[in-house]
Amino acid sequence: MSIALLLAIGCLTSVGIYLITARLLSRILLGFALLGHAAVLALLGAGGPAGKPPLANLTTPAESANPVPQALALTAIVIGFGLTLFLLALARRQQIFTGDDLVEDDLEDQRVATDSEAAP
Amino acid sequence: MTVLVTTTIIGPLVAAALALALRSRPQLRDVVTLLGLAASTASAFGILYRVANSGSVAIRVGEWPRELGIVLVADLFAALVLPIALSIILVVELFAIGQRRTAWGANPELAGPLLLLLTSGVSLAILTGDLFTLFVAFELILVSSYVLLTHQGRRGQVRSGMTYVVMNLFASTLFLFGLALIYGATGTVNLGLLAERIPQLSDGARLGIGAWFFVVFGTKAAMFPLFSWLPDSYPTAPTTITAVFAGLLTKIGIYALIRFHTLTGMDELGSIMLIVAGVTMIIGAFGALAQTDVKRILSFHVISQIGYMLMGLGLFSAAGTAGAILFLIHHMPVKTVLFLVGGLIENHQGTSRLDRSGGLATKRPIIAVLFAIPALSLAGLPPFSGFVAKLGVISAGIEADQYVVVIVALVAGALTLLSMTKIWIGVFWGKTTEASAMPSARPTSKANRSLMTGATCIAVAGTLTISVLAGGLYELSERAANDLRDHTSYIALTEGPDQ
Repeated sequence: MSIALLLAIGCLTSVGIYLITARLLSRILLGFALLGHAAVLALLGAGGPAGKPPLANLTTPAESANPVPQALALTAIVIGFGLTLFLLALARRQQIFTGDDLVEDDLEDQRVATDSEAAP
Repeated sequence: MTVLVTTTIIGPLVAAALALALRSRPQLRDVVTLLGLAASTASAFGILYRVANSGSVAIRVGEWPRELGIVLVADLFAALVLPIALSIILVVELFAIGQRRTAWGANPELAGPLLLLLTSGVSLAILTGDLFTLFVAFELILVSSYVLLTHQGRRGQVRSGMTYVVMNLFASTLFLFGLALIYGATGTVNLGLLAERIPQLSDGARLGIGAWFFVVFGTKAAMFPLFSWLPDSYPTAPTTITAVFAGLLTKIGIYALIRFHTLTGMDELGSIMLIVAGVTMIIGAFGALAQTDVKRILSFHVISQIGYMLMGLGLFSAAGTAGAILFLIHHMPVKTVLFLVGGLIENHQGTSRLDRSGGLATKRPIIAVLFAIPALSLAGLPPFSGFVAKLGVISAGIEADQYVVVIVALVAGALTLLSMTKIWIGVFWGKTTEASAMPSARPTSKANRSLMTGATCIAVAGTLTISVLAGGLYELSERAANDLRDHTSYIALTEGPDQ
């Protein structure tokens, strides 16, 4: 695996983790997009050294890159794309309700906690 | 056999497409949904019959070699869990058809097709023989669950849905990273090949992979300390949806844990698992005691019970794994029934809050009976299935000299009984309250009510059947556990005849 690939995975992961610890869903969403890219790059890196495009009848298996991780990565990208859209829709809905897309605390949990404090 | 396996996975997908297309014909849509679910459930029972009698079967999709293609494996473990999981969805769909005219019902246009998609994902997750297909199946289940949880778009659902989606998406991303790690280390994601190659890795790499997937599957299973999303999100969904989630979703996480960690021989992780299991049991049981809402109490018990299954797995003995499998089989229907009864309570009282309800035992004695049976089973009292399941796990614990976790399990069992008593006193005894005037609540017709009660009765009968058959099921679980622990049979299955 090349150093550039490793560095890219590291940078994407660290920025991604930083973003998903935020409280705004739009930031979390960007964080997941970056983390998803990092995971896909890691999958590609796991497939061994780079090579020619693995096309049937055009390149021999010996000189082409490992196609299996590429197939896996493609599937993961498609799933990630759909989920990003769903998160966007969720953020929009929360914005309609509250004015922003803040991820809120568990209200019932807080109610149980304050009730037990109020009781003698 | 290929036909049966295809029906459980592809059948629900086809039915989902048809049900979506039949938006304008509600009755036909219900029939298609029920037929799709019934066909896949029947096939699942067929698979169980075949596997129990003539041994496990593996299907290489498209005859690809296992390094490249997808392998579906119906071993005894998969064949035991699959029919129970699918029958749960079938019963819940019956309940949902009865409930949809009320304020708590799910939106039928979406709920039916989404439940079918979820069914397909569950079948695929249980039958798959490689980790990447497991990832896809998890995503199929989770995406359906995200939409099921939030499709009504209410304030509370969107709020808790955000936590739920973010937590599960993080676990999925970790899953993907884990797949990269595994592929880098072994050059395959096929479980049969992994069972061969992972034990040959250095200890550090092997246990690193094991711990990584313990976190991934553990988040899906809501074990300590990764459970906080569960009691927040589950109670906000329509009751039927919660019943499916509680019965299935966390259990698929446990299923994957048992499958992966026994197959790759992660015995050294056992002590960590036992600690996590003990804390999960206690935290879940105490959390339940503090709550004042039926659905939230039940949600915390989902967490508590995950601990028992984790304990069975963490012992890494044949008896422990068998106990965990039996617990899984017992827990799925019992938990679903309890949530369905919660739905009946909510439907009748207008709320599931304990302080706003009471006196249901005299007004609707049938609901009281339907609650009492699974509640006692959950608490682990004889002669119900929960007793046999707990006995299996706890005796395996004593056998392995893990007395601390055994004591914790017994204490958690007593606390479970306590919070079931709390629901009983709050809802069924005490002063009769008027159904609270919830503005959006619409009265249900008698036919709908009897459909809901009928579906719950069927489910209770199912749990009783499991209690009656517990002896035979324990033998099957033991066989399944031995198959899991003896990797050679699984490896041979995935290899296929021509290699």
